[in-house]
Amino acid sequence: MSESILEMKDIEKEYFGNKVLKGININVKPGEIHAIVGENGAGKSTLMNILFGMPVIHSTGGFKGEIYFNGKKTEIKCPKDAMNLGIGMVHQEFMLLPSFTITENIKLNREKTKNNFLSKIMGEKVKTLDMKAMGADSRKSLDKVGMTIDEWAMVEGLPVGYMQFIEIAREIDKSNIKLLVFDEPTAVLTESEAEHLIDCMKKLAEEGIGIIFITHRLDEVMMAADSITVLRDGEMVANKKRGETNVVELAELMVGRKIERLVNKNESAENEEQKETIMEIKNLKVLMPGEEVKDVSLNIKRGEILGIGGLAGQGKIGIANGIMGLYESKGEVLFKGKAFKLNNTSEALKSGLAFVSEDRRGVGLLLDKSMELNIVISSMQIKNEYLKKIGFFTQMDSKNIRKHALKMINELDIRCRGPQQKVRQLSGGNQQKICIARALTLKPEILFVSEPTRGIDIGAKKLILDLLVKLNKEQGMTIVMTSSELSELRAISDRIVIISKGKIEGILKPDDSDADFGLMMAGHYHKIQKEEL
Amino acid sequence: MKKFNKLLNRLGIARIIIILFFIALCILAVVIKLPISMLLSETIMRTGMYGILVLAMVPGIISGTGLNFGIPIGIICGLVGGLYSIEFNLNGFTGFFTAVAISIPLAAAIGYGYGLLINKVKGSEMMVGTYMGFSAVSLMCIGWLLIPFNSPAIKWPIGKGVRVTISLSERYAKVLNNFMNFKIGEVEIPTGLILFLFINCLFMWIFLRSKSGVTMKAAGDNPKFAEASGINVDKCRLRGIILSTVLGAVGIIVYAQSYGFYQLYQSPMMMGFPAVASILIGGASTNDAKISHVLVGTFLFQGLLVMALPITNEIVKEGDLSEIVRIIVSNGIILYALTKAGGGEECE
Amino acid sequence: MSKTKISVNKKSEMAAKINKILFDNMVTILFIVLCIIEIILSGQSAYFILNELVARIARNSFLVLSLIIPVIAGMGLNFGIVIGAMAAQAAIIAVAHWQIKGILGFLLCILLSTPLAILLGYITGKLLNKTKGQEMIASMIFGFFANGIYQLIFLLLIGTIIPMKDPVIVLSSGVGIKNTIDLSGSIKYSLDNLIKLPLSITLAIICFGFMVYYLWKYIKKREKKNLFVSLLFIIAGGCFAVIYNYEFMLNKINVPIATMLLILALCFFNNFICSTKLGQNFKAVGQNMHIAGVSGINVDKVRVNAIIISTVLAAWGQLIFLQNIGTLNTYGSHEQVGMFAIASLLIGGATVTNADNKQAIIGTILFHTMFIVSPMAGKNLFGNAQIGEYFRVFVVYGVIGVSLGLHAWKNQYEKNKLMKQ
Repeated sequence: MSESILEMKDIEKEYFGNKVLKGININVKPGEIHAIVGENGAGKSTLMNILFGMPVIHSTGGFKGEIYFNGKKTEIKCPKDAMNLGIGMVHQEFMLLPSFTITENIKLNREKTKNNFLSKIMGEKVKTLDMKAMGADSRKSLDKVGMTIDEWAMVEGLPVGYMQFIEIAREIDKSNIKLLVFDEPTAVLTESEAEHLIDCMKKLAEEGIGIIFITHRLDEVMMAADSITVLRDGEMVANKKRGETNVVELAELMVGRKIERLVNKNESAENEEQKETIMEIKNLKVLMPGEEVKDVSLNIKRGEILGIGGLAGQGKIGIANGIMGLYESKGEVLFKGKAFKLNNTSEALKSGLAFVSEDRRGVGLLLDKSMELNIVISSMQIKNEYLKKIGFFTQMDSKNIRKHALKMINELDIRCRGPQQKVRQLSGGNQQKICIARALTLKPEILFVSEPTRGIDIGAKKLILDLLVKLNKEQGMTIVMTSSELSELRAISDRIVIISKGKIEGILKPDDSDADFGLMMAGHYHKIQKEEL
Repeated sequence: MKKFNKLLNRLGIARIIIILFFIALCILAVVIKLPISMLLSETIMRTGMYGILVLAMVPGIISGTGLNFGIPIGIICGLVGGLYSIEFNLNGFTGFFTAVAISIPLAAAIGYGYGLLINKVKGSEMMVGTYMGFSAVSLMCIGWLLIPFNSPAIKWPIGKGVRVTISLSERYAKVLNNFMNFKIGEVEIPTGLILFLFINCLFMWIFLRSKSGVTMKAAGDNPKFAEASGINVDKCRLRGIILSTVLGAVGIIVYAQSYGFYQLYQSPMMMGFPAVASILIGGASTNDAKISHVLVGTFLFQGLLVMALPITNEIVKEGDLSEIVRIIVSNGIILYALTKAGGGEECE
Repeated sequence: MSKTKISVNKKSEMAAKINKILFDNMVTILFIVLCIIEIILSGQSAYFILNELVARIARNSFLVLSLIIPVIAGMGLNFGIVIGAMAAQAAIIAVAHWQIKGILGFLLCILLSTPLAILLGYITGKLLNKTKGQEMIASMIFGFFANGIYQLIFLLLIGTIIPMKDPVIVLSSGVGIKNTIDLSGSIKYSLDNLIKLPLSITLAIICFGFMVYYLWKYIKKREKKNLFVSLLFIIAGGCFAVIYNYEFMLNKINVPIATMLLILALCFFNNFICSTKLGQNFKAVGQNMHIAGVSGINVDKVRVNAIIISTVLAAWGQLIFLQNIGTLNTYGSHEQVGMFAIASLLIGGATVTNADNKQAIIGTILFHTMFIVSPMAGKNLFGNAQIGEYFRVFVVYGVIGVSLGLHAWKNQYEKNKLMKQ
């Protein structure tokens, strides 16, 4: 066993009673590229946080299981420990300082120094930087990753693709590096850059460095990895060698789970074709950083629950945010047959849309204000409701507000001490219900709901989903639900749109096969279909 | 003990120290047999005098622009209004209300411009506001030298420009203070002054419950939320700053009628700091304020200052502790509020 | 790192370059023009202006230079240098009490003020770590706060809790330090009078120094340009040397060489720090605290270090300032120090995130030129010297306000742009 560089044994982790890792075993040999694939929330990042001893792990009660590094049992208590052991990380977001040169960035906080007249008195800190030696080191690392760029160039203004390689150069410049983690390194790269990166990865592996490669892109996994671990819901569902598997199987493994359908199948499937289109979206582009929508055309039908799914960063979140005017967007949208004005939140709300944001605490709530104010404020602003007019003044209509808030508390079953309680003190699930209550107060024709169950415990999750189904059935409300959790989309939606790279990859029915969902999520559906044709 | 900890958390260490200090001074005042009724009269009078300047902080804080250190800009507008009321040779309530009437539109216009600027510097409102206030005061120093006034009460008898202090004793000094004032025992109640403050507070209270007020609260509390509810955040902030500037203008006129003088040139420079400190002592933070904070804070702060002077005189005979207390307490509480504003997010 | 040669074809490129230089140095150029206009308006003699200016540069530069390191460390303009100044004044009061004269007294002041400044700088740094993002207003308010404590100590505690009997500096009542303390019995001119040379000689020496430097550069790099420049300097130096032998106003202006050397040393020190590991940490933290932290740099400690260095330097700067002024205004000397130094730095073209020695020196020269001539210029223009005086006060506040505003506006603009990308 001592030939493994890293062995993680029976890793378990709980966050507040919620098991996110359930006995994971990972084994990486020197010179091996080990891919870890899984959906968002499958437990990949938690696993890496454990490997790096991040404070977030230790402040939440640590973890169970053992880590062997180089055959020796190790305890990694903080990122520095990991660094000293020789574990490096290539970050997803770039950790580069723009007005430093490439060399200065590569050697950041590991600068080479030489003595001067003062350093002998005042110590290490005031040693002069040895730029020449630093440059030479950087050159070596840059050559290793196949970059010909001048090591004295400023990082500012370099193309995005370069930055990823500078990050890698920085990691391999560490003399003791033995294991390198690539956290979705190809997410921001073009295809040719990604290929270059995989070449580079292979080259590093040849030198005996163990590599953990975290990604969604299954074709890259097939190209690069020697062995593959598939995680799903914190469980290790498979561990395959290259050649033992294929893209379709991986996709299936990534997604597969029991689907608990909350809606009666017969009802939902009935005459879907005949439903009238309430909103027509043509060529929508949304400039939402990190969730950019590039070109989406979509019809929303009256009375349906439309699910929008896809991996994080692919643009699914951007659609609702764009239509609501929260991020700059372009394109043509028809609402009830009439042209709909984009980039204007106020108009969107007035015309009968409502939105429950994915960022509940950031965008969705006034945390330090009372529940009742949170519930009515949007309709106060948009529809001038819950206001009394006294001469020139408008005044809050406290009586009406209280009445309405109590009604909502009752209907949505919000657990609280009363309508005047501050929202901050409520649990996540109840906060979410308040967001929905505010949206309902606007009496919308289409309700956009983004990530309604994020950060909510399991019991409350079901309540929220039940509520959405109830609104849809009893009031015929059109609901567009965006979610990262495929299972909940499949539980309540009539149709599910899968977004990949800012575009629609396909539209599926909830009972379509796991493999189809998996392939679409990974953005391979079209590719594979093309190959089959 | 648990209750005590809760109290400590709610009030914050700085406020507790100030309150303990206040209590200590009260006890000392009784021990060394200072005339309590006189101290109380003085404190009430000064609360009314400073109250509106402190109230001016409320719309700024609520609209999310933080502590309005740029209040000297409003004060200058009030001074201009005041000087014109003298220039027109008006007395009594006519004079006072003319001063207010002139300064309000002026402050609204200037406040609008200042608000546009503040909207351009989100995140640094307080620092930019401080220096905009300083710049405005020093620019206005040149203004005082150049604006042509003819009233001999305003002009220097010889030379150019207006006087450094302009007496109101023959015009409308203490018109508010003396309106329907009465005594409870030895304690004098300046009814008009207190009434005027309460009316302003009432207006503010009504405003905060109106649609503009409620949306302003939302914009200040969570701008992203406000945007998502179709509220124009910049407009709300602008409204907050205008309102704050106008109240600053009215505040200085009320202050001056009670004090008996208009003080020009450099004197408005530092007037923002006690106002900021008062509302913070009352329990406000850089992003939340209530009208009760204004009243409590002003009373506490002025009470401290009123008592500090005679008490030091009793004890050391020399030096002015009152001034030192003012500097330490006001800047201490501002510092405390700043550290809370910075650290708050990490605690989430 | 070879400079591009400018040919005729590249005329438009050069124009663009000049445009950029003009744009980047807008503030400085504006003030140069303003100074020239005011000098002409004031009608004051070159001798008067130069004499005043030399004294003021020697007096103030050190304080301005003490601001640079916090700027590099991303903490903005350190309004907290007044705290360093207070440390210096505490030391001066002690030394005045012991009546230690001359350079010995000055050195004792440095010895006393340094540990005090380190302690106060440490506290300031800790505080600023708690108010990240609002460092400037926090440092300003902390300055005010410290001033309150300072007054408490020297106005009230001296003679009551701190025993001190000295009729010369303690008020007649026995409590509190007098408003002004005459330093002629202690450290007045102790540094300035150490070495004094006429301006002509000083300039000649400077020119010869530059000549040697460029000659050395020529020998190393063999670029004709360097030889030419060094020739220019030798001619200029020669001229100044010749002037010395004739009756001319440049000979009547004395330059305090020791003080100037200290200022020069601080310039070198600032540059030196930037080339060390410590300086690299400052720069990294200044650019992005998060990334610096991820790379294992102890961000908070680096920031505290930056403020400590700045506070200590400010204390020394205040000592230099006061030994030249000759009287300590116990409760006033320090109050304006931060503001004036910051305004000087900004006029030199520095910003909240970018400052260097050159900007500090140029800024000091321009700021004080304006200070010297403004009253007379105001009098000649408006018939009122007061206007000139108020104008220069306005410039101090205005330049700081505008510069802070521009910085914040640019930040907001760039943030929006980043969002749209």
